[in-house]
Amino acid sequence: MLAYALKRLLSAVPTLFLIVTISFFLMRVAPGGPFHLERPLEAKVMENLNRLYHLDEPLWRQYFLYLSNLLRGDLGPSFVYRDFTVADLFAAGLPVSIQLGASALALALLIGTFLGCIAALRQNSAADYLVVGIATFGITVPPFVVAPVLSLIFGVSLGWLPAGGWGDGALANKILPVLTLALPQIAIVARLIRGAMIEALRSDHVRTARAYGLPTRIVVAVHALRAAILPVVSYLGPAAAALLTGSIVVETIFGIPGIGRYFVQAALNRDYTLVMGTVVVVSLFVVLFNLVVDLLYAWLDPRVRFNA
Amino acid sequence: MTGKLIRLAAGAALAALLASAAAAAEVTYMRGNDSDPETLDQHKTSTVSEANILRDLYEGLVVQDPAAEVVPGVATDWQVSDDGRLWTFSLREDARWSNGDAVKAEDFVYSLRRILTPETGAKYATILYPIKNAEAVHAGDMAPEELGVAAPDSQTLQITLENRTSYFLELLTHQTALPVHPASVEAHGTDFVRPENMVTNGAYTLAEFTPNDKIVLSKSDTFHDADNVAIDRVVYIPFEDRSACLRRFEAGEVHSCSDIPTEQMAYVKDKLGDAVRIAPYLGIYYYAVKADKPKLADIRIRQALSMAIDREFVAEEIWAGAMLPAYAFVPPGIGNYPQGASADYKDMDPLDREDRAKELLEAAGHGPDNPLVVEIRYNTSENHQNTATAIADMWKAIGVTTTFVNVDGASHYAYLRDKGDFDIARAGWIGDYSDPQNFLFLVKSDNSGFNYANYANPEYDALLDEAAETSDLDARAEILRQAEEIFMRDLPYIPLLFYSSLNLVSDRLQGWQDNLQNVHGSRWLSLAP
Repeated sequence: MLAYALKRLLSAVPTLFLIVTISFFLMRVAPGGPFHLERPLEAKVMENLNRLYHLDEPLWRQYFLYLSNLLRGDLGPSFVYRDFTVADLFAAGLPVSIQLGASALALALLIGTFLGCIAALRQNSAADYLVVGIATFGITVPPFVVAPVLSLIFGVSLGWLPAGGWGDGALANKILPVLTLALPQIAIVARLIRGAMIEALRSDHVRTARAYGLPTRIVVAVHALRAAILPVVSYLGPAAAALLTGSIVVETIFGIPGIGRYFVQAALNRDYTLVMGTVVVVSLFVVLFNLVVDLLYAWLDPRVRFNA
Repeated sequence: MTGKLIRLAAGAALAALLASAAAAAEVTYMRGNDSDPETLDQHKTSTVSEANILRDLYEGLVVQDPAAEVVPGVATDWQVSDDGRLWTFSLREDARWSNGDAVKAEDFVYSLRRILTPETGAKYATILYPIKNAEAVHAGDMAPEELGVAAPDSQTLQITLENRTSYFLELLTHQTALPVHPASVEAHGTDFVRPENMVTNGAYTLAEFTPNDKIVLSKSDTFHDADNVAIDRVVYIPFEDRSACLRRFEAGEVHSCSDIPTEQMAYVKDKLGDAVRIAPYLGIYYYAVKADKPKLADIRIRQALSMAIDREFVAEEIWAGAMLPAYAFVPPGIGNYPQGASADYKDMDPLDREDRAKELLEAAGHGPDNPLVVEIRYNTSENHQNTATAIADMWKAIGVTTTFVNVDGASHYAYLRDKGDFDIARAGWIGDYSDPQNFLFLVKSDNSGFNYANYANPEYDALLDEAAETSDLDARAEILRQAEEIFMRDLPYIPLLFYSSLNLVSDRLQGWQDNLQNVHGSRWLSLAP
């Protein structure tokens, strides 16, 4: 198992290298630079800034400079947030994003699984239609609608929860953003579980369990769910990446200091190092999550283990 | 059970009481800001949101009062030599840094040298070029010691200028003229801006900085006017989403917002009434015309294009009253400029204007058989798009066909700066100081960075040069007015709208005065319970 994990991690190195290289040059193809602002800078100032940030050197040298710094774990200074290094920005933002993303994922798994099971057990009943309806709603209504509406209802009108802000991570400040982030994921998980569960309930091993006279509770929770959860597990990798990167809307609307906004902001600001930093961090996350998912899969499904 | 409940309730009441007592002891002002600062190093800043914070942290030689008038800051008074080139400032004796050090004239000498040293990478150093040798120092052709600043003693600062500069005091209110604490910069390098290292001389010190979350300032006890500073803590919150600030304002979580979503203006005015502050601002929204392009070189064509634009419609319908129609380039109310020039068709009936515009186009050789085709470039934004679409529609009425190109902001400005080929391009300018020179210099022929139009008119340049050497302010204003007349005749830029400052101000927040420069130092404000 450990050897397998190590091998997988090592095989990610060339992938990461490729991602970094392509992103580096793609970013430079875009016109403009970090110092092209609405109010143009004098040529002399621009020259000084370019020299300070090595932008006056040939691109290939900048590339090798970046690579060698990266290998030493140095993500460089941010071009736009000049008081911070890229590492500083991630140190402050990543824990927030992880907290938010993990809470949303946990919530989505819990509620999504529950709803999915109910829908599957009562297939084609009112409850089933209700769950499928809610799921469709959750997927189709975008977060930039859900977030302000929640904030308006619970923050402004009712005054039960803060309308925005992180509040140093207070629970009350997390509820609405987590809910907004979780909603589409709940919907997806519920649909995945429903489909897989319907199939699992008809499978031989569940029928056998039923024939042994086990209570429905046990049959569903232990035998059927274990098979039905597999599609959700494969979905976890993309979901985690989506939650980490897709939180830009939620972060902007609720004023959450996560890293989601850097994905868009940095690219628009041509903050080259920050763009590269986000690319590296997210690629790492995707690689790690896919590994975790594979390991989980093997643990859950004896067939995979046997083949391996 | 009941006993437990009562105890719980009593505990909660006690906690609430304690919390309110603590709140009474410390006044916290939750202040919405446009965005996070790119830096808190006053020598590297360029944005308005940075200026807001730095104004609270540091005190310059002069400062702006609640009405944005220039009043003494660290300097108590000053003299100017007869030729207008030597300024002598006397510094107050009770000025202190937040670590207790005295604020000395040498600190200002150090600071001005630092911003103009090329290695600092200051984005806005050019604003200080009126100081003697500043340009040469900044280009690296001279040593920083050659800069025209000196401290004969710790209480006296002398600044020598390259030329007479009537707006020099206004210039010193800009955040680039704020002092740094030399010992901290020497000890910490670029990290002197971190909360644990920063030493300031203003009404507040930096307590906390969490990117994208908040910047917390706390009142400085070493500030000479600390007795009159009413607010203990200022929490700056960056809002990229203006609607988010509006919601938090409505929920009572912030006391002021530095912008209002114009698309919700009707609702906001209706719901929030007096809290909505719309005031004239020192900014112009314009279309730059590539004046040296054969197709657009004829002045009559540019005049026709300008004349056909119904600015009132754009201001009211597209910007919901958040902008004012502009028939001149220099915003009204600006300092040292009692009366500016203005287009003569300002008060003409729109239909007559249309007819005259058609005549002008015809005279320039364009008609139904040979229609003028122009392209408008703008940076992607809903309001810029709506504005361009409306203007294209107005131009259609005089037989001009318009196409559009829109790209993101960074690409747009890179294109303009690199002298890309365009017909008409959207741009804007917010004045750094309250003087017409700060607007009219944009299209001076030697202004390579800002003159997108490639406009070159020796007569215009000569007037600006003459104004720079004129000491009598009335005579100078008249010369600048003549320059603006030429500007409005030649129209290298077609002025469209004057910006307004948009603020939401809670009725609890007192001492807030609307002003042209939209500066509101927290030290002048107080928060009613």
